[in-house]
Formats: sequence, structure tokens, C-alpha cells
Amino acid sequence: MIPIKVLVPSGVLGLGFDIEALNNGIKNNPDIISIDGGSTDSGPYSLGSGTSKYSRAAIKAEWKSLMIAREKANVPLVIGSCGTCGTNGMVDWMENITIELADELNQNIKIAKLYCQQEKNFIKKNFQLSKIFPLNPAPMLNDQLIEEMTNIVALAGAEQIQECINTGAEIILAGRTTDTAIISALPLMKGADPGSSWHGAKVVECGALCSTNPTSGVVMVEFDKTGFTVEPMSKNAFCTSETVAAHMLYENADPYILHEPGGYMDVTYSNYNNIDKKKVRVEGAKWHLSKQYCVKLEGAKIAGYQTSLLVLLRDKKYVENVKKWTDKLSKFLKKEINERMDIDTSEYSLEFRHIGLNSTLGELEKNIRSPVEVGVLCLITSKNQLSTEIAKLINPFLLHFPLSSYEELPTFAFPFSPVHSDRGCVYEFALNHILELDNPMDAFQIEISEV
Amino acid sequence: MLTLGEKVRKIRSKNAGPFWITIDIFCGNKKIYKEVCNKLKNSEIINLLMISEQQLKRFEIDDLNVIKFSFPRKIIQGNIFDRDMHGAQLAVLLSEMKF
Repeated sequence: MIPIKVLVPSGVLGLGFDIEALNNGIKNNPDIISIDGGSTDSGPYSLGSGTSKYSRAAIKAEWKSLMIAREKANVPLVIGSCGTCGTNGMVDWMENITIELADELNQNIKIAKLYCQQEKNFIKKNFQLSKIFPLNPAPMLNDQLIEEMTNIVALAGAEQIQECINTGAEIILAGRTTDTAIISALPLMKGADPGSSWHGAKVVECGALCSTNPTSGVVMVEFDKTGFTVEPMSKNAFCTSETVAAHMLYENADPYILHEPGGYMDVTYSNYNNIDKKKVRVEGAKWHLSKQYCVKLEGAKIAGYQTSLLVLLRDKKYVENVKKWTDKLSKFLKKEINERMDIDTSEYSLEFRHIGLNSTLGELEKNIRSPVEVGVLCLITSKNQLSTEIAKLINPFLLHFPLSSYEELPTFAFPFSPVHSDRGCVYEFALNHILELDNPMDAFQIEISEV
Repeated sequence: MLTLGEKVRKIRSKNAGPFWITIDIFCGNKKIYKEVCNKLKNSEIINLLMISEQQLKRFEIDDLNVIKFSFPRKIIQGNIFDRDMHGAQLAVLLSEMKF
């Protein structure tokens, strides 16, 4: 059955890919087309709210190209981590898009949906049974924290994707999945070298980022009994032993070890060789099976309701004394908020960031110089929905607050009306844990439909 | 005196999941790699990033002429006090270091 060829159209659905390169890939007879649909890269909002970071229109346009390519190639098409966060709602959202497209393209397809979302009671029960372990660093877990989370997902691995492949589905819509599992699943089940199956998957999980032309997107990786070969599908992209090896560094805290459900891979002794101008051959990765089968958990909870205000300071005296100004203003405002609204500082946070001075690096900034102007970004986050009211109370003081009582009231620059911007509900990641399972499917469900 | 950024080919930083940051220093050639490996002390990185010694992981990757540092984030990615979710601007701190 091997070699197995996996076509990866890009690092994530929604990012775009070179359509000519995709067609090239199809001509090269892949055994499966695999693409990632998610990430935690943009923070906790997507998981917290259970929504996609990319627009539905962008997802639909790209998914259409892939559904057309899939029909031509007559192989399974797999997407992992549907709708950025991979909640059940986002798997259904992706199914909805797929059904619309199947109708438009006049395709009859069997769909397998892999659900990865976790019930709070299931997580609580496993926590009590000591089946949940913290990674480093991890928030302190307890029943109350589990209760506060809006969404919890478990990251599926190769085993759950293989279950989906075994249903004979033409399209697999998976909830939260490790970036690599959608790529390694087929070669692993067809007898390719396990270490190389995971290593190859890791190399191409960001599409053509492992090549000289990252935006071209499409790469093909071929797995066999001793290693894998990677090749970008765009005529303007090349893989070199360095571009391929360097990808193990990217977004990885450890450049040699990658943990996956069921074990970890070690690429310490891998070797990378250019076999021609475009292709790189890699061998030597090792797969270490763990004693217990564990999957990683992700969860997000509401951090509060946030409102922001922005004021611009151009007056030289205020620019030079902006830190002093906001310190004084902050103290004054906390007293006003307490007196007028009867809210204690434990119920909200008030933060000023100085754009132009150190708003990017904060206390780590080493290079503070007085700029021409400063933007003062005021952030209010409250436990209940009072942040808008607090912002409205702050508004006149942000406009007119003087450095000393001996001067006329200054007036700074407000660039917006309304001055405040409600950012709504904001979230935070609340889990960095793994869950031990007796059987890989214990925390996952598959549903089949035909359209 | 050169900065580290002027000495090497490229320095990048990136979140590695929501709980870690990783920094890659691509030295460009073996000579500069050896020099940076010898001269760049963990104590300088710890001071620069305001983290403890136990939190810093250092990797020297001979084949790629890369020095890599990883450490857990003080503020979890996307929390209300986070300023740079991808941590990609942190690389500037190392780039601007006197070397």
C-alpha cells in the first residue's frame, strides 16, 4: 500500500493557496488531501465564543476549490480543527458549508464528522478520577474552573482520524485535532515508518512554510517504510534541507521532541538530504509509544467584558510626562468610580498603555525615548457588563485631566465618536492539561451523513 | 559595537502554543554560530526577558547554526494583560542587544 502521498494545500483553510500548484498536486496522484482548519494562534476568543476567526466567505471559496480537487483526485479530503477552534458547533458550521457546495457543484458525498467537544461533567468526573494531568505551566484546575469554561475540546490524534477514514467517507470534517494527525493518519495505518509519519506531518503542517516560497501553500509529502520525501507543488517553490529542517524550530518550544496522542516523536538523529532541486528526503525520526494514551485538552472561560478608549497626546509637556499623567489620572479615576458607581477595584481592571513609548513590550522595553506624540489606550475589563458605564465615566477626564491644578484645563485629541469601543466578552485560556483515555474513541464521536 | 541583530542573519520569536514563547537565532554560518554560542550567556537572556533561570531552555542546533531559547509566558496568550499575542515582537529585544 505504501508509499502514501498526502497533499497539503496550505497551512490553514482561509489563508489562500496557489490554485495552479493545487492542480499540479492533483496531477501527482495523492492518496488523501489534508488541511488544517484551526489554531490557538489568535488567542482564546475563537474557542471561548465557539466561532471561526476567518470569514465564512473565505472558507467557502477555498473549500470549493478543494471539493473540486477532491472529486478529480477521487480520494478523501480531511479538514482538522474546523472553524479555528474545533467545537461541535464549528464542525456543524463546516458541514453546512459543505452541503451548500455539494448542491452547487452537484456532488454526492459521504461525510464523516468527528466531534471533539467535551461535556463539563465528563471533565469533572475524569478530574476526580485523577485522569487529568497538568502540563507546564497550567492553570490550577478545580470544579469551579471547569464549570466557568464556555467550551472545552480534546485534540484528536491519528487514531480518531483513522476511524473516520475507515468509514469510507469522502469528506472528513474533524473538530479539534493536532495539526499533524490529519496528515500522519493515513501513512500510519498503511504501514509507513511511524517516526517519519509524524515528522513528515510536522514538516508540512504549515503548507509551503517548509519551502522557499511560503505563500504558494501547496506541498506533497510521500511516506514509506524508511522515511519521507517532501516537495512543494508550485513551480516557484523549492525545498532545501535547511528550509525543511528549520521547520522543526517553528512554533515548537523543543526543536527535537513533539508530543502527540499516544506518544512522542524524536528527530534528534534525523537526516535531511536534497534529492534534487525541489525535493528533500528525510529519515531517522523515532516514535516512542507512551504507556498511557493521553489527549490534550483546551478550554476557555470568560475573562470579563471589555471597553477601550483611545486619546492622543501631542502637547510636548504631556508627552514628556505621560506616565506621570496616567498614574495620577488612574488614581483619581479609581476614587471617582468607587464614589459615583460604588464599585470596588476588585470588580474591574483599569489599564493605560502608552502607544509610542512601550505599549508592545511593556516593562521589558529597554529603549524608551520621548516621541512626538503618544496614544494612550485605556482598557477597562469588568466582571459584569459595567465596562461601558465605567468608560463613559472616564471619558471627560481622559479629555481634560490636567497634570497640575495650576493650569487651564487641557483638551487632548479624541479620534473617535463614540469615544469608547465596546469589545464585548473577552476570554482566557483555562486549560493546559492532558486527559488519559482507556480507548482513543472514549472522548470522541463520529457521525456519518450523505448529501 | 555591533548589536546581536546586526551580527546574525535573522532573529525571530513566536508563541509555541498559548503557554510558551520560543526565540530562534539564525546565525547564518558556522563561524558566527560558534561565536554567538560562546559569548551569549543565559544570564543576559534571563535579565532581558525578566524570567528565572529555571524557566529558560537553551538549544544549540549545530546542523542549522541556530541557537534557540524557549520559556513559559508570564501572561498566557490573549489574557487581558497580554500585549503581543504571537510574541513575535520580543525578538527585537535580542536584536537590539549589544554584542
